[in-house]
Amino acid sequence: MFRIVSKSVLNPSVVRMEIKAPFTAAKALPGQFVIFRIDEQGERVPLTIADYDREKGTITLIFQIVGASTIRLSKLEVGDRLQDLAGPLGMPTQIPEGAKRVCVIGGGVGCAIAYPQAKKLFHDGIEVDVIAGFRNKDIVILEEEFRANSSNLFICTDDGSYGRKGFVTDMLKERIESGVQYDCVIAIGPIPMMKFVSKLTKEYGIKTIVSLNPVMVDGTGMCGGCRVTVGGKIRYACVEGPDFDGHEVDFDELMYRNGVFREREADCRMIAQADSKEGK
Amino acid sequence: MPNMSLTKTPMPEQDPKVRARNFEEVTLGYTPEMAMEEASRCLNCKNMPCVSGCPVGVPIPQFIKKLTEGDTEGAYEVITSANGLPAVCGRVCPQERQCESKCVRGIKGDPVGIGRLERFTADTHRKSGKTAVTKPAPNGHKVAVIGGGPSGLTCAGDLARLGYEVTIFEALHAAGGVLMYGIPEFRLPKQIVQQEIENLKALGVNIMTNMVIGKILSIDELMEQGYEAVFVGSGAGLPRFMGIEGESLVGVCSANEYLTRINLMKGYREGYDTPVLQSKAVAVVGGGNVAMDAARSALRMGAEHVYIIYRRGMDEMPARKEEIHHAKEEGVEFLNLNNPVKLLGDENKRVRAALLQKMELGEPDESGRRSPVPVEGSEYELPVDTVIIAIGTSPNPLIRTTTEGLEANKRGCLVVNEDMLTTRDGVYAGGDAVTGAATVILAMGAGKAAAKSIDAALQQK
Repeated sequence: MFRIVSKSVLNPSVVRMEIKAPFTAAKALPGQFVIFRIDEQGERVPLTIADYDREKGTITLIFQIVGASTIRLSKLEVGDRLQDLAGPLGMPTQIPEGAKRVCVIGGGVGCAIAYPQAKKLFHDGIEVDVIAGFRNKDIVILEEEFRANSSNLFICTDDGSYGRKGFVTDMLKERIESGVQYDCVIAIGPIPMMKFVSKLTKEYGIKTIVSLNPVMVDGTGMCGGCRVTVGGKIRYACVEGPDFDGHEVDFDELMYRNGVFREREADCRMIAQADSKEGK
Repeated sequence: MPNMSLTKTPMPEQDPKVRARNFEEVTLGYTPEMAMEEASRCLNCKNMPCVSGCPVGVPIPQFIKKLTEGDTEGAYEVITSANGLPAVCGRVCPQERQCESKCVRGIKGDPVGIGRLERFTADTHRKSGKTAVTKPAPNGHKVAVIGGGPSGLTCAGDLARLGYEVTIFEALHAAGGVLMYGIPEFRLPKQIVQQEIENLKALGVNIMTNMVIGKILSIDELMEQGYEAVFVGSGAGLPRFMGIEGESLVGVCSANEYLTRINLMKGYREGYDTPVLQSKAVAVVGGGNVAMDAARSALRMGAEHVYIIYRRGMDEMPARKEEIHHAKEEGVEFLNLNNPVKLLGDENKRVRAALLQKMELGEPDESGRRSPVPVEGSEYELPVDTVIIAIGTSPNPLIRTTTEGLEANKRGCLVVNEDMLTTRDGVYAGGDAVTGAATVILAMGAGKAAAKSIDAALQQK
């Protein structure tokens, strides 16, 4: 169980891994996540499921190298096993019934989670526009996959080195202003991106789903680390989310709460860099 | 001739100053001589009042009699006829409210140290390396147990002893439930929990970890797979917060989160990846065992000041007496009759202080405890960099929301009848999932009762 069956590096800090997990693969739906633990010493880390293959019994994880665990995960190779993997966890994404046209927006590594959404909707016969935003050309991921699973793909880069110059919100606004009617927007990416997409769609009254990534320990509704404020109430991302109504989420709070171990994450990256320089 | 001493034979402990900075077990257990001395305080009463105070009905005078005869292995057999986890119960049961509260010796002086003797018996057995466990002949029936905590382990053990093929589906990466993630090492060494779980495996119980039932498989699917009955012991779930301003500041967490990082994830140990908040001054809100565990863990993590904030008085605290006593000895500062009304943050949204309001005791409330009344104008700031909320939990929604026909009350606790049967045929439940947060031993009692009902129902088929 939990053997890595394929691995590829999508950009210098983003890795894709396909992992044998037949129970999880049998049930996974877009929007859900898993918790993995590399070994006895490892943390329990939540990662949203980027893809699944029920026949092969595998799931795909796409992750950015951020802290101790993702550094260690990125060093595993095909044939290695994870000690633990639990999931699918959380609620699958629920788009409004009868939606005909949906805009899926991914920002950076968030595209990894936006991808299965686009794929499922597109295969369900829904018109899917994908807006994928990146800082620059070097970190663009999943372009081919999105193209094959969307009606229209728009890539934006902050510096204009690839696709359109500008933010995903600029592109979205342009689409809406040009008369495209979306029944729903799904936005997945950095917190500021989701915040500003939600702010924009609120002006137009378009239902917006965001996928949140708060701190989690057990992921099964026990620790409360993942609590977020939605519509003024405490909600638990692990059992009630990770998707929530973007118009109701307190993004500023999520932003500072996610910073709780930021210094430690930075330390881990520094140590890892030093290690790799020494050839460890 | 019984030992007529009015006081319990003291149990050796680590020095408070030393133990407040390590995670080794606080109490060290009786020597055989001490156990003999304490066992001989038992009057072996005919009507056995102590047994009526035990949720699982351990034949207490009988096992103590075996101890007075020097037959520790015999005593172990007597205990395990009723209790599958004696090393655990001897350490964490609130004996002062159960067996020992009924002890005749307690009328004048201390009751017999039943918990300490139970622990001695279980520890002596474990150290002897004897495994009396043999796998019983299978009876051809399959039962699924959801949750590997105290109720699930007990239910599984009792059914396995009757020859059932039992599989425990555990959501986390290790079975044990609260014994693993909640109760700290210094009160219940994890090696002891794992040994008890190994004993169950030797009985033939199959344990599948990482199986979050309700997500990876539903109860209906388990039944389709041939499990004839399902026991739900999924435990207490989502931590409760106070709903006051500032609870989302960085440095504020639930006791479940704080303790899970330390206990289950071993974040206190060198070489383990899970981070734990590093604190100088910690406020723990709550007065139960979980609050004491969090406070004492915070001391061991290096905090200089650890406060218990509890809105009622010392006498109203629900924690075991021994835990309060140990916490005080170790230097935890008790701020009873204080209630947080707001948490204050710095410019980086990190908690810097708790605004506390003083309380006084008014008339008794529904629970019979005198209810706290705020003292107007008494607010003051307590500088802290960590706030741990330990005011209870509400049941986990995963099973209830994914199983049709499973009724819950308005607090979200599963509804069961006197046989522990839920509103779904073949589905039984017990422990915190039914009662809301309670004790290990009550959950074990529920697991035991459910095993009995499941056996009765399946034998009729």
